[in-house]
Amino acid sequence: MCLGIPAQLVEIVDRKAKVAKAEIGGVRRTVSCALLEGEAQVGEWVLVHVGFALDRIDEEQAAETLQLLSDMGEAYERELAKIRESAEGAA
Amino acid sequence: MRYIDEFRSGELASALQSELEQAMPSGRELALMEVCGGHTHAIYKHGIDELLPQGLELVHGPGCPVCVIPVGRVDDAVALALEPNVIFTTFGDMMRVPGSKGSLLDARSRGADVRMVYSPLDALELARANPEREVIFFAIGFETTAPSTAVTLLQARAQGIANFSVFCNHVTIGPPLKAIIDAPELRLDGLIAPGHVSAVTGSRVYDFIAAEYGRPVVVAGFEPLDILQSMLMLVRQLAAGRAEVENQYTRVVREQGNPRALEAIEQTMELRDSFEWRGLGSIPDSGLRLREELADWDAERRYEVPGVSVPDHKACQCGQVLRGIVKPWECKVFGKACTPESPIGTCMVSSEGACAAYYHYGRSRPKRGTVAT
Repeated sequence: MCLGIPAQLVEIVDRKAKVAKAEIGGVRRTVSCALLEGEAQVGEWVLVHVGFALDRIDEEQAAETLQLLSDMGEAYERELAKIRESAEGAA
Repeated sequence: MRYIDEFRSGELASALQSELEQAMPSGRELALMEVCGGHTHAIYKHGIDELLPQGLELVHGPGCPVCVIPVGRVDDAVALALEPNVIFTTFGDMMRVPGSKGSLLDARSRGADVRMVYSPLDALELARANPEREVIFFAIGFETTAPSTAVTLLQARAQGIANFSVFCNHVTIGPPLKAIIDAPELRLDGLIAPGHVSAVTGSRVYDFIAAEYGRPVVVAGFEPLDILQSMLMLVRQLAAGRAEVENQYTRVVREQGNPRALEAIEQTMELRDSFEWRGLGSIPDSGLRLREELADWDAERRYEVPGVSVPDHKACQCGQVLRGIVKPWECKVFGKACTPESPIGTCMVSSEGACAAYYHYGRSRPKRGTVAT
């Protein structure tokens, strides 16, 4: 549950409300950027936990972490399934 | 990818393994606690437990948010879910945790409207979309998750969404570690501290473990090599007689944590005098509740909850597993009466629970390098 998943911000939905759309393992869902310092930018990589960007990470680390997470199999798949389900209603 | 290929090739892993072996102080037995359930899973998934040198033991810690919720709080959640006109929202992992009168899933089959959400924001959205209903969010988790609940609450207040409330069960990571180290039944030499919770709290929440208890702490990432490297850092500290907080996960964790996240918690929540933990009993200053200013969004103030402490199922040893004094395979019901399909205790329900990790990765007996306690 404390798993954070790297995701790339692909669209700023509402700059004032700090809402962005992130692409997470091929799924797009809205995430809150309220916990990030400064303004979120399209293209930035963040660590997403329960719908919030918890922190910024750099792209190279993000790619490595993603690969490792997908290799972890079940835990990652489960997290992704939750995001996918939630995206259907919320995106 | 680079790390995993190298790890798979066995070269780097065996290099680290031999470094670990060399670093081990001769004639000593060392017990290191991996605090986080995410680490427990990575350890068994990648077979790190089989790489441990003789005399080095890994002990599982309490860092599983679902596992530590006691039976009484599950009963409270079920009672809230059965209130008329309520949509009760929860992270999926909590659905199947048995209370003394069944789980939330059982409550749903009895007619309660229980829904899984991925994010507290999705629960708030449900409240917005269903103004005639009352939406309650079952908030669990350490400092990793508490900021998300906090921001959701601030949004609910700012937008005047009155049919939304939070059943707050957020907990803090420091006090249970203190309770575990204080307990006479377990000897711990060092701690592998959880990465993502530390991204919020910063590494300084562990300072007291080094300063007051003389135990080294290393904040670790979740990749296999992160974990091996953090064990090496701990063993080197122990061999040199040092006790410091070191940060192996510098790419995410900073000493001061995430100030915005900490501020969001501070704005909305305050410490309870004490909070009951599964297996650890009541621990002072270890749980969070909503501040008085947010009373209108506090499910515990808006509804009657039983609020009773209920003992664990007699056969269940989750409590001892969470304290690191019983290995999952030592529990009598492990893999027999208690399985992920039909769990008795939380450690088998949660994807981060130690019992689930042992079960999924086929560990039913001690592996080499482990020392039975």
